[in-house]
Order: sequence, then structure tokens, then C-alpha cells
Amino acid sequence: MSDAFTIGFLTSVLAAAMMSGSAILYAALGEVLAERAGVLNLGVEGMMLMGALGGFAMCYWTGSAELGVLGAIVVGGAMAAIHAVLTVSFRANQVVSGLALTIFGGGLSAYLGASLVGKPAPDRFSRIDIPLLGDVPEIGNILFNQNALVYLAYVLVPLLWWFVFRTRPGLNLRAIGENPATADAMGLNIARQRYVYVIVGGGFAGLGGAVISLATNPGWAENVTAGRGWIAVALVIFGTWNPSRVAAGAFLFGAVEAGQFRLQGINVPVSSFFLNMLPYAFTVLVLVFSTMRTRRLRIGQPAALGRAYIREER
Amino acid sequence: MALYRTAEDLLKARLGRRSLVAGAGASAAFATTGLGRTLAQDATPDGDPFRVAFIYIGPVGDLGYTYAHDQGRIALEETVPNVETAFLENIPEVQADAERAVRGYAEEGYDLVIATSFGHGPAVLAVAPQFPDTQFIHISGYQVAENVSTGFGKIEEPRYVTGFVAGSMAETGSIGYVAAFPIPEVLRGINAFTLGAQVANPDVTVQVVWTNTWYDPQVESSAAQSLIDLGVDVIAQHQDTTGPQQVAEAAGKYSIGYNVDMSEQAPDAVLTSAVWNWGAYYIWAAEQIIAGEWSSNQYWGSWADGVVDIAPIADFVPEEIAAEAQAMAEEFASGTRGVTDIFTGPITQQDGSEGVADGASMTDEEILNMTWFVQGVEGSATG
Repeated sequence: MSDAFTIGFLTSVLAAAMMSGSAILYAALGEVLAERAGVLNLGVEGMMLMGALGGFAMCYWTGSAELGVLGAIVVGGAMAAIHAVLTVSFRANQVVSGLALTIFGGGLSAYLGASLVGKPAPDRFSRIDIPLLGDVPEIGNILFNQNALVYLAYVLVPLLWWFVFRTRPGLNLRAIGENPATADAMGLNIARQRYVYVIVGGGFAGLGGAVISLATNPGWAENVTAGRGWIAVALVIFGTWNPSRVAAGAFLFGAVEAGQFRLQGINVPVSSFFLNMLPYAFTVLVLVFSTMRTRRLRIGQPAALGRAYIREER
Repeated sequence: MALYRTAEDLLKARLGRRSLVAGAGASAAFATTGLGRTLAQDATPDGDPFRVAFIYIGPVGDLGYTYAHDQGRIALEETVPNVETAFLENIPEVQADAERAVRGYAEEGYDLVIATSFGHGPAVLAVAPQFPDTQFIHISGYQVAENVSTGFGKIEEPRYVTGFVAGSMAETGSIGYVAAFPIPEVLRGINAFTLGAQVANPDVTVQVVWTNTWYDPQVESSAAQSLIDLGVDVIAQHQDTTGPQQVAEAAGKYSIGYNVDMSEQAPDAVLTSAVWNWGAYYIWAAEQIIAGEWSSNQYWGSWADGVVDIAPIADFVPEEIAAEAQAMAEEFASGTRGVTDIFTGPITQQDGSEGVADGASMTDEEILNMTWFVQGVEGSATG
């Protein structure tokens, strides 16, 4: 077992990275949408947990993992709707509301899920080897021998990038996050748009939760996300509010997570504590860069992020 | 299978025997303080209820470590008359948080407060002196005080037997072990497991990977998947969830569960599990305190005491292997063998140097403070 860096080693790390990164990826994509619209939602962890539970519960009752995904998206969206009501309609502090949502989601999912703990999953997303593409040496193993939820990410990431940066609704979305007063003057309905993006973002977070409860760890256990929602929030900054960079970041996190165990498995003499630290060290570095003002302008944090919009108020 | 008992059976069968860690000077020193008497007065079966509070590190729904403790709590409540229990979940190993939880229960007048994780220790030791009428138990701790006791079990005994089963079923002789932190509790479990596996196959290797977390289902799964990609036949673990078992199930590999019987989560993978029966200890402790016979002690319960056990061996394990494992298990359960016999020489360390000389045995103290791997373990004993 001590053959070092072979091609097989690298492909197995990268293949695992795709799988373990996808949960964070969906949650982070959802957060990109909400933050692009100017709403900071720190409730990702709570929405993911509720999505994971909703997804597994739906799958458990119907026997279908696909319906489970649907359940996860609906539950995640419903959780986000609470945040939308509080922050958009009532203009509550977004940070406080988001934190409350995380705590609420953690507690509620534990309470509602108590009877589902340890129940075997009737269905799950298993690996599907895509014919032809899956046979391409190495690449096939990394990219095309994954579960359906990973394939869905391949489609959604470019689609979201195109939506945000190349379409009229995407331009509106960015405008709302940058300068809601101007967007309002242009005739956009700020409140309605923010509602939509926060709720859709919640649906993505729910989907991220479902990746865990329906694909990587089929079943329900309390706090099954174990802090991944927070990594997703950090990834949005890491990825500079850009879906494709967020995707790259998510798979980098996945690769570090998967890679560290494989490095240990072949007895590379690097402390596991050091490897564990790497993703967070990256995050800190990026936070440092993205908060430097000159860089910030270029990097693309929405200027109105975190602020409630009140018409006619300076 | 005869070996797996419910908490009630355990109580009946095992409570007569108990082992207190010898050589713990503190327990002798406090043995004569007679603290129990004041407690006994307000905690009789017909008087006020005897109230026990639990501080849990994880959620009771983890199906692992905390779940096992909660089963113990339920057994205590059902078995000992007039006992009331309460618990707090997800109390982190941060002194401020743990102290709030421990102090809260002590202030409410609980008779016994049990903190279930190693890192809760500083909080217990800080609060206990202010509440002399309350007894405290720190699970997996090492420091006692006038009203603070420690409690743990010799899980190495069932680990040794599960190691034998794993070693017998590992076709290529390669076993993976997903482990939380490089601390003595985990290291000695890996060593006992490996020594057991070597009984079945002297050339077996146990590859260890560290997750540096007790509870993270996805990380634990990812670690198990890495080991499977590297070619192991059996996945063992020292974690708090069933993640590694599920991965083994999906990959068509075998697995050894921990904490509780994990066969329901991975029916085709789990060969057997090394399990805790905390109820046996909690019931004994509560009865001792109620009877006024309790004094500060360091409890390290054995298989014969009923605190640890193995879960039923899967029916797809060949008959002769299962029978041999059962015979081994019976020796531990009856007390004719113990953890000291597992760590009796000759034992070679991972680097080839002598661990335990031929014929010599490690003392309890040495076992509890083990910091090295035996030969056959692959991976770093320092993380």
C-alpha cells in the first residue's frame, strides 16, 4: 500500500473530490444567488440540515431518491422564505436572522428527525458509469463515474454562470445587489426579486443537504452536515461571488478532504493536523485579500450586501 | 446469540463484580470521607427521587457514542426505582460551555451529574468543589476529586475479539481503521484490535487514518472510502457515527462496528461490533450512591463487569470463525481473560523495538497511557 503518487492515486483523489465537494458546492451556489441580490444568509447550515432531513424523509416515505431531492429543495426553500420575510419585508438584521435560522434549522431537524434516526435508506444515488465518456482513461474515472447529483452540478454551474453574467435577469440580479436604489429607479421590484433569489438559494442549500443524506451518507443522523454550511458561506467569498470559481473552490475543498486520507493511507509523513488545517488556511487568506478595499472592487462583493433596502432612504 | 445482553440481563448477571482501577492513590484517600451518607438521606426509594443529569458531547441521534450513553441513561431510569434523569446534548469540549451545563444541573440540585466526554473534565473539576452534596462522574477522565469520580470501560477486550473476526475475514490480510484522534484511548483500541487480528492471521496489516474529528459523517465516510480505494478488505473504526459502515456496505466490503450494534445500518457489511453497555455502570453507580456506599473512585469496567460486549456475529461469518470468536468472547465475559492478558508480551512495537518483554504484562497505568503502535499497524501514532 505504500506506492506513492501514481496516476491511480491522483484519479482516486480527484474522483472523491467531486463527490465530497458537491454538497458544499450546491449550498455555496445558493448563497451566491442570495448574496448577489444583496441578502447575506448565514442560515446555510440550518437550511442544509433541514434539506438533508426533508430529502431523506421524502425518500423514506416514497422510496424514491429523486422525489427526495424534490423534498429537499422545497424544504430548503421554505426555510429560506423565513429569512426572506424577516430581512426583506421586516428589514431585520441579516446577520442575526441568518444565525437564528442556522440554530433553528439545527434544532428543528433534530426534533423532527428523531424517529428517522438509523432508518435504512430505501433508495440512494449510486455511481453511474456514463458509457463512452466513462471509458476515457483517467478523465472518465474522475468525472464520469459519479452519482447523478454530481452530474447535475456539471450542468448547473455553467448555467448559473451564464445566467448571472450573460443574461438580462442576471444583470438585474447584480444591479439589485450593487445598488438597489438605482435598480428600483429602473423599475425593478426589489422586494420580489430578493424574495425569489433568497428562496431559490435556500432550495440549493437544501439540495446540498440532500447530497449528504441521499448520496454520500444515505440516512439521517443529527447534525449530519457537521459545519459544511459554514464552509459554503466562506466559499462564496473564496469564489468571489462567481459560480464557476465557487465550483473550483468546492472541488478544491473536496480534494483536500479526500486527499488527506489517501496521503495518510500511503503513509506520507505529513501530520494529519496540518492537512486538516489547509482548507481553512486558504479561506483566511482569501478573506484577507477580499477585504482589502482596492481588491474588493475588482473581486465583486455586492456593494449593498447585508443592507436592507428602504426606498427613498439614503 | 448468547453473548449479547440487554441492560437488564447485565444488571442481574454482572453487578456483583466490579473493578476499580488499582493504584489510583486518590480513590484510597477519599474512601474514608463518607460522603455518600449525606446523599443517602435524601435519596431513598420512597423519599425524594434520585436525580441524575447527563452532559452529552454529541446528539442522542448519532447512533454511536452518545446514543450508547443515552441507552445507559434509559436503562438506569427503567431499572433503579425512583430515579429521574435529564440530559443536555451537543455540549462542546469547551470549558465555558461545558461548565455552564454542569453548573446548571448542580444548581438545580441534581444528586449525580455525569459528563460523558474527555474534554468536559476541566469544567467538572471547576464546578464540583462548589457543590459538595452533588456527586460528579467524568467519563474517560483521569483526574478525581472529593466528589468527582471517573468511569470508563475496557473496550479493548471486545476490540480484541472483533479484531480476530476481522483478521479471519480479511482475504488479502489488509484492514483499514478510521480513527478520530491520536490519544491513548484510541491507540490502545487499535493495538488490541490488531493483536486480535494477528491471532487469526500473523501477517495482517491494519492501516490507520486519522480524521481529527469525533463526529462528522461525511469526513468519516471519505476516510473509509480512501482506505477501500487503497485495497483494504475490512473497515474498522473509532468514531461516533455509522459513516464508515455505510461506505463499506456500498463498496461490498466488510466492517466492524463500534459503540452500538451497527448491523442494521449496514446489514451485509457488519461482521460484529464492539459495544458499550453504559447502563451496567450507571445503575451500579446510582445504587452505590443511594445506599451511601459511594466514595470517589476511578472505575474501569471490564467485559466481565458487563460494561462492554460484542454485538451478535453476522450469520454470513463462517461457522468455525464465529465459534472461535464466541469461545474467545466467553473467556473475557467470564473474567478468565482480561485486558492485561491482551497486553502480555512478547509484543513488538511498530518500529520493531520491544514493546512488552516475553512473559511480562503491562500495568493498567501503562495500558491507559499507551502512546505507541504495535507491529502490524500502518500509520502514525502521533497523527
